[in-house]
Amino acid sequence: MTILEFLLLHSPALIVATPLLSAFLLPLVSRIHPKVRDIFALVMLGVTSCFVGLLASDVLSNGPRIYVFGAQDLNVPVVRILFEIDAMGIFMAIITMMLAGIAVIYSWSFLHQQDGLDKYYTLLLLVVTSALGMELTGDLFNFFVFLEISCIASCALIAFWVTEGESLEAALKYIVVSSIAALFVLFAIGVFYGQYDALNIASLASLLQFTFLDKIAFVILLVSLGLKAGLAPMHMWLPDSYGRAPPSVVLIIMTATLASFYGILRVVFTLYGNVLTTSLRFSLPAHVIVGWVLVLLAIVSILIGVIMALVQTDLLRLIGYAAVAEIGYMMLAVGTSIAALGAPYATVALQGGLLHIFNDALDIGLLFLIAGAIYYATKKRSLDEIGGLARSMKFTTIFFIVGMLAVSGMPPLNGFVSKFLIYESVFQLNPLLSIIALLGSILLLAVFVKVLYAAFFGPELPSLTGVKEAPRSMVLAMGFLAACAIVIGLFPNLLIDTLVQPAAGALLDHARYISMVMGGL
Amino acid sequence: MIEYLPFLVVVAMILIGLYAVLFRRNLIKLVFGISIIESGINLFLIILGYRDEGVAPIFTSLPSGTMYPEGMVLPVPQALTLTSIVIGVAVLALMLSLVMHIYRKYGTLDVQKIRRLKE
Repeated sequence: MTILEFLLLHSPALIVATPLLSAFLLPLVSRIHPKVRDIFALVMLGVTSCFVGLLASDVLSNGPRIYVFGAQDLNVPVVRILFEIDAMGIFMAIITMMLAGIAVIYSWSFLHQQDGLDKYYTLLLLVVTSALGMELTGDLFNFFVFLEISCIASCALIAFWVTEGESLEAALKYIVVSSIAALFVLFAIGVFYGQYDALNIASLASLLQFTFLDKIAFVILLVSLGLKAGLAPMHMWLPDSYGRAPPSVVLIIMTATLASFYGILRVVFTLYGNVLTTSLRFSLPAHVIVGWVLVLLAIVSILIGVIMALVQTDLLRLIGYAAVAEIGYMMLAVGTSIAALGAPYATVALQGGLLHIFNDALDIGLLFLIAGAIYYATKKRSLDEIGGLARSMKFTTIFFIVGMLAVSGMPPLNGFVSKFLIYESVFQLNPLLSIIALLGSILLLAVFVKVLYAAFFGPELPSLTGVKEAPRSMVLAMGFLAACAIVIGLFPNLLIDTLVQPAAGALLDHARYISMVMGGL
Repeated sequence: MIEYLPFLVVVAMILIGLYAVLFRRNLIKLVFGISIIESGINLFLIILGYRDEGVAPIFTSLPSGTMYPEGMVLPVPQALTLTSIVIGVAVLALMLSLVMHIYRKYGTLDVQKIRRLKE
């Protein structure tokens, strides 16, 4: 066995173990020198990315993989934890690694004068671990454990600027909301265990009968994971914590948020995949009801997100509301594909939604980094106190225009591709929905044009004469995201053919996911 | 009827906890509320694994004459509960330290007065 084969064989474990161990090594490493610590964090993320890439190439060509922790002999009836990795999980893992890498590069300059950075990088790597764990695991209780790790670590990161009362308030709100959500996830897991004696997602999916208790567990899981994902009307923590955490941290919390969104997909498509077509009351199949509920929540998210963003004056908070709207778009696509399960446009909708997860990470991430750069240069948050920055911050202005057009779905940027797929498929479910979605995009553009004029154009404010462009590593991080946005906008098929289509296929083909485990047991 | 009593206790604990989280104005009581919900859910897990007259699920020290595995309580929920308790302690400590910092900044624990983040 060559080393490469060995690494590939154990890559699911290594993907989670590498960031976890390096998180706890970091305080030791940072004793040597702060520079060493910064490099170490990036190198360890790079090593993890290599494992993710290795596993991705295997999963995409050879189908889902199972990794067993515990008894290897699948016939022995003992407890073991399975990691099950399919194209969907690896797609999310790639997004996570991208966001984490960018966040670390950005933090080098953004936070370089602050203390407590050894703890910062430790927590950052812990959140990455938890997001990767949630995306790769095949075991519901394991999912809960990673969910709780992400709660604790992201809460501590939100409170990183501990001298500000507001960030403490945001952190407390976050941990209260997300720990209650996580506890109810545990309750739902208990309900499953009590009925079916199983914790594995695949074996539960094959046993599920859709009894009354299962329906309760379904609702609890959807609500609590939706809460963690920031879906309206459970979004109230999201603008607070996104607006008050350091912008580099937002990218990291975003990995946890997107991992919770992935949890919703996994629950609906895989865990309840077998029973979605059973008909409930009024001879309506379950998937129509669930799909429409999700679609309505998504519409509410879009509207609340854009309308609240219109009235904000705090730039970071404004982008936080835009993030709520973007989650609405993702959920709109997913809800459409559930409601129309089986129809040809359901697959298109799901592909649009998954591509939009990637684009949301790029666009909202880019906008937060820009807001962070403005904050770094001017130390101001409010739009009323900044203006005329285009003269002194040329790169940031260009990146902002890219981010603005991308997030509001203007061609030729990446947001256009995914939103076009979403409009097109949602139109076939109900034309009214796509009109609302389009309207939301236009309003988002209006919001960001307002920001563009308020912050970058117009006369230079006398208080901002000494403002300089952001440091090199921050420009590099923003430039990378902007370049990705442009490349994906111009050549969307690069991403759709290699990653998005297999991921959508893996979600829709729940039978394969189940048979991977059940065939061996 | 008596065998449903533990489940009623679980429901009662979760409801009491939710009441404290939603309606009490003191932050410390809010943290207590979360702690009560957590204990309720831990109790729920333990009840799921309980068997009448069951012994502790330690394979090497089974009392002679016990049926295996029917005579033992289920080990999995106990492992789950243990994990959940450990996580709960971490969350509780983090929340209390945040409350402490908030008290230093705001000089109050009243949730209605701690509202600098609006809209």
